[in-house]
Amino acid sequence: MIGDVRVVAVAKGVAVVKGVADAAGGCHLFSGCGFPAPGLQNFSFKPLFSVGSFHFTKPMLIAVLCTVIVIVFFGAAFWKPKLVPRGIQNLAELGILAVRDQILRPSLGRRGDVYLPFLVSLFFYIFLMNLMELIPVFQFPAMSRIGFVVPLALMVYGLYLYLGFKNQGAWGYISNMWPRGVPWPVYIILIPVELLRFFIIQPFTLGIRLFANMFAGHLLLVIFIVATWYLASFTIGLLFAVGSAAMVLFVFVLELLIDLLQAFIFTTLTATYIASALEAQH
Amino acid sequence: MSALAAAATTTLQINFGAVGYGLAAIGPGIGIGLVFGHAIEAMARQPEATARISLYMWIGFSLTEILALLGLVVPFIFHAA
Repeated sequence: MIGDVRVVAVAKGVAVVKGVADAAGGCHLFSGCGFPAPGLQNFSFKPLFSVGSFHFTKPMLIAVLCTVIVIVFFGAAFWKPKLVPRGIQNLAELGILAVRDQILRPSLGRRGDVYLPFLVSLFFYIFLMNLMELIPVFQFPAMSRIGFVVPLALMVYGLYLYLGFKNQGAWGYISNMWPRGVPWPVYIILIPVELLRFFIIQPFTLGIRLFANMFAGHLLLVIFIVATWYLASFTIGLLFAVGSAAMVLFVFVLELLIDLLQAFIFTTLTATYIASALEAQH
Repeated sequence: MSALAAAATTTLQINFGAVGYGLAAIGPGIGIGLVFGHAIEAMARQPEATARISLYMWIGFSLTEILALLGLVVPFIFHAA
């Protein structure tokens, strides 16, 4: 009886190891196959389920989950706000105050408090989406699919253009984009460059920055994890596998920092774009 | 002499994309170093202006960093075949 259980357990263990082996290409060093280099194929998933031609994939699941977590967390914290915060409200207020004092106040000042809800939700949504690359089971930053980044960048783009045209007028906003008091021949170069910067480069780089950081981070993690598996066999490769595993830990901590930093930078840039739309900077 | 000729006819398979990205990362590397170095210097000179300096430090960092990241993304956009 006990022997049967043991056999089943061993069979299960073998099945799990075989699953990991298949994911890594199922090969080790000196077993006659090359290193299964990670690439773009690590960023496309089979659909979890399909409704007609609509395929619901893992990144979509992560995005929906992050949205729900942010809404439920802040909803639970401020459903019945108390003057003396306790428990979850304490935590949420800590996060909101951090966004307000580190991101909003330095660039917008007190008059920018109207935009605090927008910036707080933006910050925590991006942070959570990035953090999903480190959480087991999910282990994929949804922001490394550019389709999830583009709507955020377009939203910020639409917001600062709308605020600029509303507060400074169409001509006022456009003419405030370039500095005054420059010799006129300089304007021939300056005006097209500044127009290009405001209307194309700013939203483009805002999105690409987040996307490329998450893309590179995920690729780095996958490379070292796959390399650890590939080198781990009872040969001299085991020594290198230990080094590769150490690199996984290092990259893990580095990515933790980068996740926070990218959420911070995206929100900071949004705040500065809003500030430049509210009034001329000269 | 024949060995030299044999070596000369050997075709080298170089991944120019990887070499190009290495070259492209030099500039942003220097730039990010300058941004943080000068920001730390400014904060050491005027500790009371730290909040304002760090805001501009992060903006400068992100504007420089995007150059390296564009180098990473461009091969996927303009890849041959």
